[in-house]
Amino acid sequence: MSKVQLSNVIKTYPNGAEAVRGVDMEIQSGEFIVFVGPSGCGKSTLLRMIAGLEKITDGQIHIDDGLINDVSPADRDVAMVFQNYALYPHMTVRGNMSYGLKNRGMPKSEIDKKVTDAAEMLRIGDFLDRQPNQLSGGQRQRVAMGRAIVREPKVFLFDEPLSNLDAKLRVQMRIEIKRLQRRMNVTSIYVTHDQTEAMTLADRLAVINDGKIEQMGAPIDLYNNPETLFVASFIGSPQVNLLPVTFDGQHLVNGNLKLAGFSDLPNSKELVLGIRPDELSLDDNGQFPLRVDIVEQHGSDNLIYGGILGATDDGVEEMEFCFKTSQDMLPDLDSTLTLGFNAERAMVFDKTTGDRLR
Amino acid sequence: MKQWNWRLISTHAILIVGVCFMSLPVWVAFATSTHSAEHILRNGLQFWPGSDFVETYRQVLFVDGGVMKSVLGTTMLKNSLILGIGFAVGKVIISMLAAYAIVYFRFKLAVPLFWVIFMTLLLPLEVRIIPSYEVVAGLGLLDTHVGLIVPLIASATGTFFFRQFFRSVPDELLEAARLDGATAWGFFKDILVPLSKTMIAAILIIMFVVGWNQYLWPLIMTTKEENYTLVIGIKQIYQILAEGGELPQYQKAFALTILATLPPVLVVLVFQNWFVKGLVESEK
Repeated sequence: MSKVQLSNVIKTYPNGAEAVRGVDMEIQSGEFIVFVGPSGCGKSTLLRMIAGLEKITDGQIHIDDGLINDVSPADRDVAMVFQNYALYPHMTVRGNMSYGLKNRGMPKSEIDKKVTDAAEMLRIGDFLDRQPNQLSGGQRQRVAMGRAIVREPKVFLFDEPLSNLDAKLRVQMRIEIKRLQRRMNVTSIYVTHDQTEAMTLADRLAVINDGKIEQMGAPIDLYNNPETLFVASFIGSPQVNLLPVTFDGQHLVNGNLKLAGFSDLPNSKELVLGIRPDELSLDDNGQFPLRVDIVEQHGSDNLIYGGILGATDDGVEEMEFCFKTSQDMLPDLDSTLTLGFNAERAMVFDKTTGDRLR
Repeated sequence: MKQWNWRLISTHAILIVGVCFMSLPVWVAFATSTHSAEHILRNGLQFWPGSDFVETYRQVLFVDGGVMKSVLGTTMLKNSLILGIGFAVGKVIISMLAAYAIVYFRFKLAVPLFWVIFMTLLLPLEVRIIPSYEVVAGLGLLDTHVGLIVPLIASATGTFFFRQFFRSVPDELLEAARLDGATAWGFFKDILVPLSKTMIAAILIIMFVVGWNQYLWPLIMTTKEENYTLVIGIKQIYQILAEGGELPQYQKAFALTILATLPPVLVVLVFQNWFVKGLVESEK
């Protein structure tokens, strides 16, 4: 049960590359925070700085009230789960889980008890005397978590722990991690590039781009109210539909399209209109003629991809849109659907700065 | 079908010729060592074992003055074992520690130092034998086991092998160990050494054989007979043969040769599984 506080944390590599450019964040006790962002955005570096595996170039990191900038990783009382598990290959599961406790000089009987309890909780009790190479990916992942749990650390750090698992197992483990975290109520920081994992696990989500936090908040707030174009396009699957537009005083204009229902927008700037695929609807009076290109059937709903007739962007004739609808909607390919949208729920961004205008 | 048979026959013929070529001298040496000195002098090299096996080897191994002026075959065998084992163990320890420092500690000169170590491959013992002798003599270590072994144990090849191996160990293991509170020594002892097991075994075996076969250094290092290794003993006995005098004891010279080849062969036979594993398998 510990707070983590980051103030103006900066990481610059000796070659001048800036991985993290000033991050401020306050993580409450017991909170599950997810860092999400594209690869190379600095999210892993940030996590590794909290773990103590990377030096902090500037700024401060506190765990509870202690400044930990120069504290060694072992003394920060954090535990980390790695993407490739990083189990010690020559030790048994028991050896792997007890190594950290042994190094801390805990008596053997106590170690045994903790290891047994953690193994019970993770359902790996039967494998305690096996070696990692005799376990499946999911079991190894559990051992890696067990190694973190037995330590009873102040903070759990997860560095893309599920990316090496197959899709089905990933969903199972995701639920299990969430359940475990609820049960143990330990402050956790989880790094991923998978936005589904991010949305489902996080109490609060930090979208990181280019070494900075773009936006931080509850996952659903980020989905409903993204503050920037980046967040809007990163969060949500299928991706938000984006259309470059200009404002003529009453309408948003792109090629032949004139979209009504907007006001108070700058009319000299290049803008981007964002509409979530599920905000579109079939509407005979709608403003988007969609030429159907591909229909993906996902089961309960269908995703219809196609070009918006008359909408252009840099020479591209028909802007691609995605329309999310129910399973019984199966239009012919190359037929044209007319789609409408709710202007109240649509988002408008400044194309150059990426800021949300409404 | 016929063609296939021919192939089989020809490859086997080549292999058999190869085997004979390699092992016939050893066999002749063994067979000759079991005859009496007179018999050999009269009839030359022997292809079939004679009746003096027990007598010759007893003389060589256990009888005072049986083979050299004073030293026993067993003493030379012991000296050779000490040299072989000390040489191998020393090399493994030194090169593992050197590789550990080079790979895991980010000090400024790590890379240049590694290349300096690597370049010592260009300076084998034969090149630096006079200064080495001078140093060992200055330290008063002539005719001692320490003086025999220590100048030989720095190993660029060993360091290189371990460096390559350590670099292939995933960084996350180190990071996990750091988070688990392992010290630098703890990580080395608890994680790197067990991971390198097969590698260590392979290098131990190679180095044992190399150490066993050392010739020049023990030759100039040892002046007293009781410090002779088997290899030096062989050299001395053949020298006596060449100088003439009494009835040449060819059978004892051959017996000594056979004795000198046995331990390396045994080591390789017994440990060949480990050896192959260490060279081809990476357990990660």
